Formats: sequence, structure tokens, C-alpha cells
Amino acid sequence: MAKARTFQDLILTLQNYWAAQGCLILQPYDDQMGAGTFHPATTLRALGPRPWNAAFVQPSRRPSDGRYGENPNRLQHYYQYQVILKPAPENVQELYLGSIRAIGLDPDLHDIRFVEDDWESPTLGAAGLGWEVWCDGMEITQFTYFQQVGGIECDPVCAEITYGLERLAMYVQDVEFVYDLKFNDQFRYGEVFHQNEQEFSAYNFERADTEILFRHFQDAEKQCRELLTGKKLPLPAYDQCIKASHAFNLLDARGVISVTERAAYIGRVRALAQACCEAWLQTPMGEYKPRFADKDAG
Amino acid sequence: MPDLLLELFSEEIPARMQAGAARDLERLMVGALTDRGYLFEGIKAFASPRRLTLAIAGLPAKQNDVREELKGPKTDAPQAALDGFLKKTGLTRDQLKIEKTPKGDVYMAVVERKGRETPHVLAEIIPEVMAKLPWPKSMRWKPGLAVRWVRPLHSILATFDGELVPFSFAGVSSGLHTRGHRFLSEGKIEAKRFDDYAQKLKAAHVVLEAEERAAIIFDGVKQAAFVHGLEMIPDEGLLAEVSGLAEWPVVYIGTIQNEFMDVPAEILQTSMRTHQKYFSLRDPKTGKMANRFALVANMIAKDGGKEIVAGNERVLRARLSDAKFFWDEDRKHSLESRVEKLKGIVFHAKLGTQFERVQRIEKLAGEIAGKIGADVEKAKRAARLAKADLTTGVVGEFPELQGVMGRYYALHDKEDASVADAVRDHYKPVGPSDAVPANKVSIAAALADKLDALTSFFAAGEKPTGSGDPFALRRAALGVIRILLENKVRYALKLESDLLTFFADRLKVALKEKGIRHDLIDAVFSLGNEDDLVRLVARVEALQAFLKSEDGTNLLAGYKRAVNILKLEEKKDGKTFISEVSEKLLSEAAEKSLFAALSKARAAITVALGKEDFAAAMQQMASLRVPVDSFFEGVKVNADDKQVRENRLSLLASLRATLHQVADFSKIEG
Repeated sequence: MAKARTFQDLILTLQNYWAAQGCLILQPYDDQMGAGTFHPATTLRALGPRPWNAAFVQPSRRPSDGRYGENPNRLQHYYQYQVILKPAPENVQELYLGSIRAIGLDPDLHDIRFVEDDWESPTLGAAGLGWEVWCDGMEITQFTYFQQVGGIECDPVCAEITYGLERLAMYVQDVEFVYDLKFNDQFRYGEVFHQNEQEFSAYNFERADTEILFRHFQDAEKQCRELLTGKKLPLPAYDQCIKASHAFNLLDARGVISVTERAAYIGRVRALAQACCEAWLQTPMGEYKPRFADKDAG
Repeated sequence: MPDLLLELFSEEIPARMQAGAARDLERLMVGALTDRGYLFEGIKAFASPRRLTLAIAGLPAKQNDVREELKGPKTDAPQAALDGFLKKTGLTRDQLKIEKTPKGDVYMAVVERKGRETPHVLAEIIPEVMAKLPWPKSMRWKPGLAVRWVRPLHSILATFDGELVPFSFAGVSSGLHTRGHRFLSEGKIEAKRFDDYAQKLKAAHVVLEAEERAAIIFDGVKQAAFVHGLEMIPDEGLLAEVSGLAEWPVVYIGTIQNEFMDVPAEILQTSMRTHQKYFSLRDPKTGKMANRFALVANMIAKDGGKEIVAGNERVLRARLSDAKFFWDEDRKHSLESRVEKLKGIVFHAKLGTQFERVQRIEKLAGEIAGKIGADVEKAKRAARLAKADLTTGVVGEFPELQGVMGRYYALHDKEDASVADAVRDHYKPVGPSDAVPANKVSIAAALADKLDALTSFFAAGEKPTGSGDPFALRRAALGVIRILLENKVRYALKLESDLLTFFADRLKVALKEKGIRHDLIDAVFSLGNEDDLVRLVARVEALQAFLKSEDGTNLLAGYKRAVNILKLEEKKDGKTFISEVSEKLLSEAAEKSLFAALSKARAAITVALGKEDFAAAMQQMASLRVPVDSFFEGVKVNADDKQVRENRLSLLASLRATLHQVADFSKIEG
């Protein structure tokens, strides 16, 4: 059980581990998004009765977390590793612990704990119960049993496992400054991403043109709605929902959205997400049959 | 007699829910068993991160047989009534007896129900109890099943008298097995009786009882601290929480790097408690926080805990670097310069920004300071700076440090020490066990903060309701009451009537513990002219003492009699009598002496109340008892002469008015 020595080793180890558990190894989604949960392989596939097991890296953008490359662990662009298992296997906690062993954290030497943390995404109308997983007091994973996505009850319930890759790598490599991480034997993380953090922080906080962004938000919202009328196209519509969400995050980072407006914008994105999810369930891949909507509403 | 053992084994149960779930499980089982006629010797419920366990001792092997006599319809009642009774009892006409009663012959049925075997009863009620268990938050996990549990349920162990109780819940069938510690044990454990179960679990590194885990942690931290010449800073909430996060708690000691020891202790402690759930330690001699912390792991590590301690220290370094960064950054800007920034923070949609709020509090604090003899400028300064720390990084990260940080920053800015203290203490008292501020500048700021919240929210129509008090207005009112009463601060509240009523209700709650009657508070409050709480309480206390005396009891009875008569006659006449008594019309000795006593008492009570000499006012009332009693003994109020009658009613109205100088006696019970 050798420790994953580099950042890319860590990713490769997780890929191999979850591939061996029968997961599809998907690639990142090609849209800017705040978290792996936005990937349609999670949001949409979490709904409906069809089994689904997938794992993938998802670059995640949180414009407000930019620190111009100066904070030891805060980044406006980072990587999540996401595993989605539907239905959640009985032994999903054991499967997860297997992945922790695979990357070189020996539970006999460490203190691994499941600490209550119920995840919820107001923008996706999604919520679930679960834990943050602690290793020696460090949060290394978010573990959630989805109960609802797009305002729709999940049945079967799926398990979502999300590793924050940089944080996990810092723990495994015993590094305190994210840019010191070994990406591979030749490059440090800083050599790959430090300049990105500087430039994008300046863009997110100073340069992003808010007029353009407001327009993008409205355009995406409009296009999303249009794609959900007549012959519905939920997948392209959902792309627009993702775009609207990212435009909102940028506007938020630029500080041009007031507290009261904020809730309204989140509500608008959620409405899009819900509409996409509902439309998805009408498609062959979604094929939703409400089973206990009446019994268990609310 | 036989015992029941039940264990519900699941994935990790949130620490905050464990104790409540154990209590609920016990309560629901007790209810279900007593409903079925069971008595038992003992019951105890346990909770740990992965299991809820219930042990019942001395439960009979069989339910008692029940014999019941049921009374049916009369023999001459219509057939339908008899049919209904037969259906209800499951008997035939021949099986009924006829009993003679004074009202005629009646059918009687004797129903005998055989007691069932206890395992059958248990198999029926346990799944029902599980379905009813009220988790604060629960989830579905089985495809197609609406059944909920707090987290996925993995196994059920259920035995009665050492034998399996067979049933299933959420597709999980009961069995004889459980599991031990997640990492410190392997495989399944079979258990049939509680003692064996508890023993095997301990061998498998599970301490079943939360109190025992708490004791292990408490002693562990104490001893480990002692080795370093330190003591733990007690934290009951944290102790309870960490007891719910480990089935086998092990205490390790870590070190805080010296570079963080200049950061205020409150920041270090809060960061360690909220983010990491560590106990802080201190030097028992100086009381100063030490550069060590105690962590509670759920693991006996192979290497003696080296990796665990090193890992936790590393995490803490990152946490404290963040905190120290905020602390350093925050001090680059004065509190004064931050006041402007409050314009950007909305306090409440209807009440404007924090800046506007601060302006109101500043003005009010100045007014209050002037009236209570505090330094007006200092009180205003404290109020102006009171909320400025809301814009700091540390308070953004740890909202519970609001005020505490304000004081640090005020001292750093070289503000007056009493101003800095008031910035911290204006939130006080935060709860019933929190002390009230004693310094006058702090008192002015604390009163201003709370009274502003109360008047503003009431004016905006955001009053607390029976179920909700989102802005903690009850706590604010209670805070005002405690600050005024505990410091004996004389201050007229000058409140709108609905807010005054709200205060009266809070005051009743606050004074209930002291044994002060709520009806007397109402009686004094409803005079409507009393908004100095210190004076009000003194008056209520004097009144309560008076009513305990014989004079008081009799006078109250006399008052009630007078008012009853007045009510009746006023209704007849369609007018209200006032205390304009004509001396000429008084003929009988008893009415003359009551008139004289009232005139004297009325004037004397006014003087006594003016001097706030409530004992004297009560004495004056006591002097009315004899004349009132003799009046009712000797005088016929409803005299034949119309004028005399009205004059006597006016005399009673005068009695009413005299007593109402002290309190509205109509509100007094008994």
C-alpha cells in the first residue's frame, strides 16, 4: 500500500480503483461548473430507475474562492473526483474505505471518521444525507445519499462520493502549500496552475464585464426555456442551465449581486435545473415511473 | 423472568441525535408494552455512533389473559342494537347473559382474550416502534421502499429469553448477530443476552454507554493534561459531541505551534472546538491557555498514534494560519473605519442596514446613559463601535466571537477600556446562565441594543409568535429585565402597549422562579402607568406580602364583594359609579367610618406611593379592612331611597378607586 506519490498518481489510482468496481470512467464535462455534482452524469443520471455507476474528474470553478495564488489551499479552479453509484450498494462505505487504502492511507494508522454533514445544493434543488469523512481531523471526502435532485425524489437512492483532490493530495504528500504539490515527478502544481490562479482571480474579481455576464445569464436562461418547449431537448437545455449558474457565480464574485437579489438568482437557476430534470425523466434514458410520490411527498 | 435484547445497527448516526434516539426508542417501547398490559422490571436504552440498543429485564413470557365484562343494549332494544353488540364482541346471542338493572334487563357479554406469547407480541410491536421513531432528519435508502431511518440500517439483533425474535424492518430481517468497532474488530459477533452482548462488544472495542465513553474521555483528557502539568478547560457540549463520534475513544495530546500563541485564546479555542472538536488546555496556576490540545480519536493506532497526532497538528496549523491571517488583517483597519462598512450589511429587510441600526443604538445609549448616571460620551462611543467587528475576518469565520473580537480590536485602537468592555458586553446576557453586565457604560449599551431590537421589530410587525421567535426577542426582553433588576437600575422603559404586554409576560416568566405571583404582576402592570421595572417589582413584592396577611385576605374579599355589587347595579342603572360621595347623605355609623377611612387612606396612599414606600401603602390598605367589614355587616347598599342607594354605591366605587391606586385588584386571583 504505497502512498500515491504525485497528484496524477492519486487520480490514476482512483480511476483504477473505481474502474475495478465496475464504474464507467467518464471524462470531465466540457462546461464551466462549480462542482462535480453539476455534471449531467450526476445531476440527470441520479434521477429515474436506471442503474448508473460512474466516476470522473471534474474541474470545478468557484470564482469567489480566488486568492491570486497566495492562499495555501484556496483555489478558484480545482479538481473534484466524483463517484456516483445508483442504486447505492449495501457496502458502499466499505467500497469507499477501499479507495482510501488504495491511495495509501492505512485505516490502522489513521483515525477515519464519518461526521454528520448533510449536503444540499439550492441551485440544483438537490439535497441528501451523509457525512464528511475525516482522516486525522482533516475533511477528505463528502459522502452523500441523494434524496432529491431538481426537486424530484430519487428512487433508487444513489450514493455520491466526492474527493477534493488537491486537499487529499496535500494530505497524502504532506504538503502545506497547494502549489508545492508534486503534479508528477517533473512538475509542481504551481508550475501548472499558479499563473492561472493569478489571472483568473483578477478576471473574477476585477475584469469580468458584468454587463456581458448579466446578458449571458439572461441569454442562457432564455435558451434553456426555449429548449424545453415544443420538442424538448433536456440535455442541451441543461448545458444552458450550467452556463447560467456559472455566470451567476462570476457576478457574485464581482460583488454586483445584493443579498436579496442573490436568493432570487439562485431561485432562477433552480427553476431551470428543475425543468431540465423533469424533461429528462420523459426521455428514454430517464424513463421515470413515480412510485411513491403520493405516499412520500414532502 | 426473561429479558429482551434489541440492537439496531446502522451506518454512522449523527452525534447530536444519538441520545434523543435512545430516549425515544425507550419511550415508544414502554408505551407499546404497557398498551398491551405488560409490566417489566427494568429498561435501558443505549446509543453509539453505529447502534441503538435496548435492554428490557424481567418481561413476562406471556401476555396476561384478559377477562372483560361488557354491558350491552337493553333486552327490549331494537334488533339492530343487539346485532351491533354481537358484532363488536364476536359472540352469539346464546353466549350473552342477561342482567337485571334498575332500568330494566340488559345484555352482558363476557369476553375473554388469551394472552399471547411475548415473542409474537414483540415481533409485532418492534417494527411499529421503529417506524414511529422520530429522527430529526431521516432518509430513504432501499429502492422502492418509503421506509426511513437516520442512515442505512444494516442489521437487527433481537432476542427474547435468549431466542431470536423474528421480524423484519425495511427489508432487514432480525438475527442474532452484530458487529464491533469499524476498524478494531473483524467479523460478526453472536449475542443472545445483554450481559454477553455488552461483554463481547467491549472485547470488540465498542463502549456501549455514552456516559461511560464521556467518562473515559474526561478522565483521559484530565490525565494526559496532568502529565504536561496542565488542566482541561471544561466544555460539556464538546464532551457530549465527541462521545457520540467514537465507539472506542482514545485521547491523544497534540501541540500548537508557538507562532499561534499570540493570537487571542478565544480564537484558538473556538477554531479548535468548532472545526476540529479539540479540547483546549490551560496552565492551572495562571489560567492561561497552553500550547497543547487534546484530541479524541476513534482508534488505537498501530504506531501509538504518531500519524494521528501529526495529521491533526498539520490540519490545525492550516486552520490556525487562516485564523491568524484574519486576526493580523483585521487589525490593519480601526473599528471606527469599519463603521462605514456597516452601510453595506443589511440588518433586516424592513429595518435597514446595520449602519442605521447602530445610529439608533448610539442615540438611545446616550439617552439611557444620561438617565442611569453613566458616562454619556463613552456609552455612545461603545454603541457606535458595537457592531463594527461584524465586518472583520475573524467574526466572519466565527460569528460566535462577535463582541469578544470587538473588544480586542477596540483595545488595539486605544479606545477607553470601559468602551472596549461595553463593545464585548453589549450582547449580554446571551442566555439564562450568562451574567449581566455590571459596568454602567456596558449597561447603557446593552439596554440600547436590546430595546432597539424590540421596538424596531415590533414596529415592523415582526413579533414573536407561539411557535417562532426568529429574532430572539423573548431573550432580548428577558435580558433587559435581568439587567435592570439585577443591577437595580432605575429606568422608565416608555414602551408601546403591545410591547409593554410582551414585557409583562416575560417578567412573569422571569419572576416565577422567585415565587412571585403572575396575577399580581398583571394587577400592577394593568394600571398602565408603571414602566420602571425595579419599582414595579418592589410594589408587587409588597402587595404579595400584604395579601398573605389576614388583613389582606379579608380586604381582597371585601373588594370582590364591593365590585360584584357594583357590577350588578351598574348594569341595572346603565352607568358607572364614580367616587363622588356626598357626606350629607351618609347616615349610618359604618358608612361614615368607611368614608372617613377611605378619605384618609387615599391621601396617605398617594403620599406613600410618591415616596415609593410600598410598605406604608400596604399599611394604609390594611387600615381599611375593619371599616370595610363593618360596612358590609351593618349597611344595606340597596337602600330604598334612590339617592342614598346611589351614594352608597359611590362609596363602594371610592373603595375600588382607592385600592386601584396600588394595583388593579380585579386581576388578582383567589
